[in-house]
Parts: sequence; C-alpha cells; structure tokens
Amino acid sequence: MTEDLLAESSKSQVQDLGPSIPTRANWAEEAVAAHAGAEHLTREEQVLARIAKARARKPKIKEKRITLSHGAGGKATQTLIEAVFLDAFRNPVLEQLEDGASLATAAGRLAFTTDSYVVSPLFFPGGDIGDLAVNGTVNDLAMCGSRPLYLSCGFILEEGFPVADLQRIVASMAAAAQAAGVQIVTGDTKVVERGKADGCYITTAGVGLLERPTVLSAAAAEPGDVVIVSGPIGDHGITVMLARGELDIEADIISDTAPLHELTANLLDATGDGVRLLRDATRGGVATICNEVAVASQVAVVLDESSVPVRPVVNGASELLGIDPLYVACEGRLVAVVAPDRADAAMAALTAHPLGAGAAVIGTVKDDPPGLVLLRTTFGGTRIVDLLVGDPLPRIC
Amino acid sequence: MKFVDEFRDAGTARVLATKIAALCEPGRHYKFMEVCGGHTHTIYKHGLEDYLPETVSLVHGPGCPVCVIPMGRVDDAIAIAEHDDVILTSFGDMMRVPGGRGSFFDSKAAGADIRMVYSPLDALKVARRNPDKRVVFMAIGFETTAPSTAMTVLRAAADGIENFSIFCNHVTIIPAIKAILDSPDLRLDGFIGPGHVSTVIGCRPYDFISAREGKPLVCAGFEPLDILQSVYQLLLQLGEGRCEVENQYSRVVPWDGNPKALQVIGEVMELRPHFEWRGLGFISQSALQVKAKYATFDAERIFNVPGVRVADPKACQCGEVLKGVLKPWECKVFGTACTPETPIGTCMVSSEGACAAYYNFGRFSRERVKEATHS
Repeated sequence: MTEDLLAESSKSQVQDLGPSIPTRANWAEEAVAAHAGAEHLTREEQVLARIAKARARKPKIKEKRITLSHGAGGKATQTLIEAVFLDAFRNPVLEQLEDGASLATAAGRLAFTTDSYVVSPLFFPGGDIGDLAVNGTVNDLAMCGSRPLYLSCGFILEEGFPVADLQRIVASMAAAAQAAGVQIVTGDTKVVERGKADGCYITTAGVGLLERPTVLSAAAAEPGDVVIVSGPIGDHGITVMLARGELDIEADIISDTAPLHELTANLLDATGDGVRLLRDATRGGVATICNEVAVASQVAVVLDESSVPVRPVVNGASELLGIDPLYVACEGRLVAVVAPDRADAAMAALTAHPLGAGAAVIGTVKDDPPGLVLLRTTFGGTRIVDLLVGDPLPRIC
Repeated sequence: MKFVDEFRDAGTARVLATKIAALCEPGRHYKFMEVCGGHTHTIYKHGLEDYLPETVSLVHGPGCPVCVIPMGRVDDAIAIAEHDDVILTSFGDMMRVPGGRGSFFDSKAAGADIRMVYSPLDALKVARRNPDKRVVFMAIGFETTAPSTAMTVLRAAADGIENFSIFCNHVTIIPAIKAILDSPDLRLDGFIGPGHVSTVIGCRPYDFISAREGKPLVCAGFEPLDILQSVYQLLLQLGEGRCEVENQYSRVVPWDGNPKALQVIGEVMELRPHFEWRGLGFISQSALQVKAKYATFDAERIFNVPGVRVADPKACQCGEVLKGVLKPWECKVFGTACTPETPIGTCMVSSEGACAAYYNFGRFSRERVKEATHS
C-alpha cells in the first residue's frame, strides 16, 4: 500500500518537474565507462569503486556487544537497525525507515511513531526531558506530513528519584502537549532498582492524521531540488553538552526544542506536493539527514557551508570541541527538500512563522555522484560529508 | 567567528593560489609532507587541495598522536582498566583504536570503567571525586600535550592526590621525522612543520632538516590559509634556491619554544631507551616515561602491565601510510576491510589520521566532486 502511494506521488512530482531536470549531455559515455570495467578508470577510481561496492553490501553487526556508537544515530545505528531490527520485523511499512509509519485504514491514513528519551541532564536551559519527549514525537508525526493527535507515554523511573522532579517533568509534558494540540491518552510506569537506570527515561508514541494526499519520502528527492533548513542548527546539542558542566564553558544559549507541526502544515499548504520530504534534524544533525536523502534517492546532495545558519556561540563551542555543527542535534529545526519551482513559496511559508524565521536554502540536489553529500566549504574547497560512526555528544535526547 | 574567519577567507586563498601556481616550475612535481595530523585534518576539512596545482602534492606524515600508538599499548591500558577499582580516563580519539583484543569502547561495553575526558586535569577531577577508586589517565601525544600531563602530575603531587596516575605514551616528534628521512622510498621536497608541537619545542630542533638533509621546513598554523601560505613559502624557498627553517606560525610559535613547558616536561618525564611506534617499529629515544621521582604517579610501575608486543595485522599498511610512502587509498584494505566503522589500522580511527580524513572527507574522484560543487 505504502509503496503504491509512494510510486504514485513520485510520478506526479516528476511530471511537475519535467522541464527543470537538468539532462547530462555525456550521460551515455559515462554509463559506458561505468560498466566497461577497469581499463577506463584510474587506480584511485578503481579503489573508490570497490569501496562503494563494499558500502552497498548488506550491513552486518561485527561487534559482540552494544556500544554507545549504536545509539548515536550514525553508521553504527543504521547497521543495528538494518541488520537486527529490520531483518527481524521486515514489512513494507517499516522498510521505508521514515520518521514514522504511514498506515492506510478504512477511516483514512494515519501516521504512527515512537521515540525514547534518555537525555542527561534531565533539565537544561530551554527545556527538560518532558517537553523534549512530547515535542520529539510531535515532530516525528509532523515530518510525516500529519496532524499530531494522540500520544502515549511510558516512564522508567529509578528507585529514589525525587517526586518533585517527576512532577516538574510531567507539568512540562502537559504544557508541551497543550501547545502542540495533542492529548496524552495512555501510559505506563515501571520502577527499577537504584543504579539500574539514570533517574528517569521516557518513551512516547504518537498517532497523527494524514490529511493531505502528499507522501513524503527520503527516496523522493530529484536533481534540481533545493535543501532548506528552518533555522540555526546545533543549539540543542551544544546546550545539553554545556549544561553537563564537564567542559567548564559558559555560553548564552538555550535548546531549540519546539513543536513543528504548525510550521510543517504551513509549508505543505503553501507548496502542495512540491515538498519531497521533511525531517527534524535530531541525532546526527543535518548531515545525517542529507546522507539519508542521498542514499535513498541515489542523488548527490551539495551543501554550501557559508549558507548554513549557525549561531556564533554554537560555532565557537563546536570549534573548541572539534566537532562539526552539521552533525549536532536540533530539537526544533527541520530539513525540507523542495522542488525548485516551489522553493520561494516554501521559504516564504517558513519565514512567516516564528519557528522558521531563520530558514535558509543550504544546498541543492544533483544527479552525480549519487549517494554522496558534498560540501562547498566557506574556504572555497570541497569535501565529502559522510555519516559519522559514533556521536561526539552522547545522550542529548 | 573572530580571529578564525580571517584565516579561512576564500578571496585571500584565491590570491595565494595564483601566486603558488606562478611559483611552480613547469614540468616539475613537488611533494611536501605535512608532519602533523592536525594539518591533515585541516587540509581535508576545508578542501584545501582544490587550490593547489596538480603538480603539488601533500603527503601526510606521522604526526597523528593516536595513529602512532601500537596495539600492545592499547592492550596494556585495557589490562589496567580491567582492575575492579580502576577508572581509566582517555581522550575521545583513543576510544576506538583497536588493540589486539579490541578497543576501549569494546572493553567499556564489557564492563570496564573507561571515561572520556577533555584534558588530564579533568582526569584529576575524576580522581578527586572518586577517592575509593584508582584513576589512570591514558596520556598520549607529542610535546604538544606532554606539558599538560606533566603539570597534572605536579598538581596531583602538590595536592597529595594518591589515587591518580598516568599511563605515559608521550612521544617526541624529532625522532619520527628522522625515521621518515631515513626511509629510502620517499622523496620529499620539503616539510610543513608541526605548529602545535613547535609552540613547545620551538623551531631550532628542525635545523638539521635544512642543514643536513637539505630540505626546507616551514612551521605552519592550523587554519587553511596558514597551510596555503606555508606551501607558498616552501615553493619560494625552492625557487630561490634557499633551504631554511621558517616560521609561518609566528603568532603562536616562539623561535625558541616555551621554556616553562619544556621545564615541566623535564621535571616529570625522561626519554625512554626505546618505544614502539605503530607501523614504524621501535625507535630509540623517541618517547617519554615518568621519572622515578614521581613513581607513585606512574601506572606502568603501579600496575603489572603485560607489555606484550602485538604485531600489526598483516594486511595493515599503516606504517607506509604514516611514512607517506603510500597514499591512504593505496593500502590494500583501505575502505573495504578497514573503515572508520571497523578500523584495522590506527590511521583510520582519529579524525587526524590520514586514512580517516581521506575516507570521510576526500573519498571521491575530485573531478566529479568539483563538477558537482562548482557548477
């Protein structure tokens, strides 16, 4: 069912786009070269082709135990998901590996998603684990193009956890749910012995209504599309990292955690089926999303570093920590890939909303080289932006 | 960002690139080695090679502190960490370096208490907070990081913190450069000198490179324009028939180094007779150990480390990559058996490692990448 919908939607997108897809004059020569074997390639290119082949292989978990990298949202997480979970649960809905599942029922189409929250510390400037747990799931539903309706919540509490803290967390969940127009309609609580958990973990699941015919998918990007981010990136990740107090850096910065359902609704209303996909840039950041798009759509995503909005304080902290803001998590920013003829409408819709005021076009989609994210650096050079193996900033959501 | 953006200005880079191209003799190929891994990282991160003519190639040298740690030392550190009352603290870069029996991450997942810290002083803090544990700091790095390790030992001694020690793996840069120069397979035209190390040791120790080996060296900073300017200075020297040690990074590097830092190293540490370098083998007088005077802070003396030499995997050609004889992609296992996810060699681990930098940032036909990004 989902596949049918997807096929249909991408067909209509292609029709819309028809004239603007750039055609390569030398495509035939390149195709011949790609299949003719080694003699046309330099030695370096042969090695690179071999690597591309190795990367396309079915992922396999080589580690004997789970390490922190498996939870970091990068390559190790992908391998875990594909080699363990997807392999065991395989079905057409799950195989899409989108932020949420799109379910067709007799009553209409629903979006369904779930997420767990283990952020440390539980309270940080601009938010806490409670509003994070609501906003994160609301955003996953919004990225499917749905209107979020109902949430569930599961608590795992550690023996000895202060009730006052729990009340504070729950109050902030209630406020976030109200702001997002969703109700928390079911839940569960477990308590584990002291030392078996770190205070409080929350799992939320959510259901939303897909009111528009648009199907959003990481596989739907086309050459010529533009990549838009809805505001400055990396605020949440850096805020939480600094809030831990391990780095002795003080900075004036707060988390960007926010519900994005209004922003996505405005965007979809303004651009119709011109939006290929929406993603909230959480773990792994903007870079990871772009990699998903490049691989799923078999296109090149070309980013322009100088166009990427990053606050000076995030830039400074990242520079000190030796990390790249492109990989740092946000909790209130989305990445949209939009058809070129709708880019202006998309930007207008985003910037009209307070949560999208800092939106910017950060890149374009090209046909070659497929599966890669490239960055034109501010310095004027080029490089690849690959998936990270682990996360430089663990447990930020 | 103030004081950083100025050194990443594309306009200035274009001007320098034109000057560099003009200095290159037609038909001549130039090979410069950037000794320090920090430079390798900068070169790839900013796509600096886009500005260089094809006849100028940069060869990545042995100056990535993580890359030169042999497998046996990783095993020794893990053996220390496996004591029930030990917290091993380490820079994040070390966590995924493979030893003979896995990495710190693997050992941590199996139950050892291994924590990431950003400085040795953070490790000392961990020791203060956990008086019932023995806290060991995995000390790595060239002369750049040795002073802060030494300072921390002095602080621990002054404050009477008895549950703190260091597992000393500090190495020195000059013997490594000598080993490179002795390698018969490599013909270099000059060196981009390691800026960070030079803040401590100064520029004088490089005199032998120009005087005896007849190669110019320009001590360089870590922003992309620093490196581009250093290439320009090297080409200028070659064009004028000069062969000198020059200091491009004078805003940070004093010609005579930092006497206070050197004094602190000298107080706490002394040269080891031999130390094994990953891929390069044993090099005499090339690493530091804790002096007997501070024996109570020396993890090697406190714990009975196995000290077994573990041979590098046969397929791994890290040594050749570290010496600049092989380009990363020329290694037999590059990108297939050895990837950042499952590294075999150290060069694939650290962000300063030549293989990891090439794999993560530069792994594609430059022409196709250029076409995609510049059109």
